[in-house]
Amino acid sequence: MIRRHFLSLAASILLALGLTGTAQAEDGFIVVQSTTSTQNSGLFDHILPIFTDKTGIEVRVVAVGTGQAIKNAANGDGDVLFVHAKPAEEKFVAQGHGLARSDVMYNDFVIVGPPADPAGVAGMSDVVAALGKIAEAEAPFASRGDDSGTNKAELRLWGAAGIDVRAASGDWYRETGSGMGATLNTGTAMGAYIMTDRATWIAFGNKGDYKVAVEGDAKMFNQYGIILVNPEMHKNVKAELGQTFIDWVLSDEGQSAIAGYKVDGQQLFFPNAG
Amino acid sequence: MRDMTLDMPTPDCAIAPALLACEGLSFEAGGKRLIDNFTLAIHPGRRTLIMGPNGAGKSVLLRLMHGLITPTGGHVLWQGRPLDRAARHAQAMVFQRPVMLRRSVLANLKFALTVRGITGAARARQATEALDLARLGDMARRPARVLSGGEQQRLALARALVCQPRLLFLDEPTSSLDPASTRAIEDLINAAHARGVSIVMVTHDLGQARRMGDDVLFLQNGTLAEAGPLQDVLAAPKTAATRAWLEGRLYTAL
Amino acid sequence: MFSLTDILGEAFGLILTWDRNLSEIVMLSLRVTLSAVVISCLIGLPLGAVVGAFRFPGRGLVTVLLNTLMGLPPVVVGLVVYLMLSASGPLGVLQLLYTPGAMIIAQTILVTPIVAALTKQVVEDLHGEYAEQFASLGVGAFDRITALLWDARYSLLTVALAGFGRAVAEVGAVLIVGGNINHVTRVMTTTIALETSKGNLELALALGLLLLSIAVIVNAAVMALRASAVRAAYA
Repeated sequence: MIRRHFLSLAASILLALGLTGTAQAEDGFIVVQSTTSTQNSGLFDHILPIFTDKTGIEVRVVAVGTGQAIKNAANGDGDVLFVHAKPAEEKFVAQGHGLARSDVMYNDFVIVGPPADPAGVAGMSDVVAALGKIAEAEAPFASRGDDSGTNKAELRLWGAAGIDVRAASGDWYRETGSGMGATLNTGTAMGAYIMTDRATWIAFGNKGDYKVAVEGDAKMFNQYGIILVNPEMHKNVKAELGQTFIDWVLSDEGQSAIAGYKVDGQQLFFPNAG
Repeated sequence: MRDMTLDMPTPDCAIAPALLACEGLSFEAGGKRLIDNFTLAIHPGRRTLIMGPNGAGKSVLLRLMHGLITPTGGHVLWQGRPLDRAARHAQAMVFQRPVMLRRSVLANLKFALTVRGITGAARARQATEALDLARLGDMARRPARVLSGGEQQRLALARALVCQPRLLFLDEPTSSLDPASTRAIEDLINAAHARGVSIVMVTHDLGQARRMGDDVLFLQNGTLAEAGPLQDVLAAPKTAATRAWLEGRLYTAL
Repeated sequence: MFSLTDILGEAFGLILTWDRNLSEIVMLSLRVTLSAVVISCLIGLPLGAVVGAFRFPGRGLVTVLLNTLMGLPPVVVGLVVYLMLSASGPLGVLQLLYTPGAMIIAQTILVTPIVAALTKQVVEDLHGEYAEQFASLGVGAFDRITALLWDARYSLLTVALAGFGRAVAEVGAVLIVGGNINHVTRVMTTTIALETSKGNLELALALGLLLLSIAVIVNAAVMALRASAVRAAYA
């Protein structure tokens, strides 16, 4: 009876090993390190099938904050980096982790707020002035606080407004340390203002009675860039497949696929390659 | 090698070499001396009983002789040599409360045989024979732990005997059984004895002692009070303590 | 704002419109979790049995270690496995990062201490009952371990179940090492996290209910098996 037990154990080992093996059977895929905003907005679900149909290359997207995406790519864990934090991207290239960086598209950030509008910023388009009023009113503001592209952009704007949010952290300035979606969930629940990219906001399903309060400032443009991870530095990078993807995203076809993605009739991303 | 039997206190058995001998055997636990300097011999072909009041050290002595616990003084010799794996395999033990594996009746027997390296057709044949001998044949497929107390003890005895030991230890094997079950166990023990298995059994039951005893070791407070043929000890106890205990037993037996 | 009927409606809707995408996610969840539990049992059962049945120097230390590792934070395990499997890590050549294999490794690290520590307890208790009989029969070390594991098999099913519960509900580690890649490493828990971050709370809760139902079915099946064993006095 004990022998039969061993046989079933042995069969289980084989089963488990067989199961782990299947994932790497094919090689026609690339890994793209990207951000939650592109994933959560549904952009990738729209454009990637078009690319895969054309080329047969499967695109596997790891969607994390821009900061983590850049670190992962710097470790060589990805073939293409597709994020939105231009200075950090340029540093990534300068350090030799990536080859050339190209602009792909932009969307814009907006500040959403509760209907009560405690800081009185609704309808403003001057973001620096709006942030000043929020700080003055000490109205709750939820920040991602996760070193993501959105977080970096937000901190730049606070800097431009001359406000030291670190001093107010834990008071009216609240860092969730989470992704955009989690921060929206938390922020709306606590009645805070939140800066978010427009794409994530439009696609977000838990808006409650929140509305866009501040929008339209050129300072809130959110530029996305794409970079091939340096195959000289990281041997396992699939340079050819990755470059094929980048070329397609920057081509007329890829650019019009991006422009063609709409939610509720609104275009979320505006291609601006080349 | 020195002949251990020369030192033995039972002169009528000194001619036959001892199967198992204890030399200055002592065992202490918790600062208490449970077995104090025992020198004795177990002779082949005999049924030796260990008797004495509760707490006298009977079970401890049995476990020392079987090698389940290590003496703190002196040693146990199996045919003149220290206890080893081969000696262990020539012995078997039945406990007061049978320990049944969570398996079928047949599987309990097969386990004991597998440990001895007996497998395949030989194992199946020997297991079936042992079951039939213990009149458990029709229960072979049943879970061992749903058997009655008497049936479990018969199975424990069958499992001990299936390994064909030369010496069988029994620790009050019938203390919780009714007369019919006790009879069945005694018959099995005597049948094994008739096939040449030597017996060492702890018992409280003077009736059982009279039915089954050849020799007796009488223990009192961790000391060996009496050792010799049962009839001699019963007829003429050497110590007052033995006499008192035996009389007490006799009266309660009446 | 949310009503239970909405969530239940969403959950039933999910099951009624059961599509390929959903079954892919459910199957991957089961595949990853069951593989991790099987491997954890292969390591944890013998390990726990040895610690439970034998006395050896350092046994107390091993026990403390196992009990401590039962509470390993999944995110920490995820990070460590990520650093190992990363292209810049020591095991990068295996190219396991962002595959179900990486998720199985992470969950195995989480579940093995649970299986080992609980097995140790079960086997220690059973060995207390069997030890003298084993010594009398002259059972060797290997036979002891296999016999104890076999005789404790129905209690050990519950142990495996505890491991299954930990693994199937786990999100922190598989998110980091799997990457939550659609059609490749997306499992039920990472989908729930994703839908929550998209603000689709009803869908996330409905998926949670589905996950719970699967766990209930697995638990009920194992308990039924165990109950039949108890009736046969095998447990």
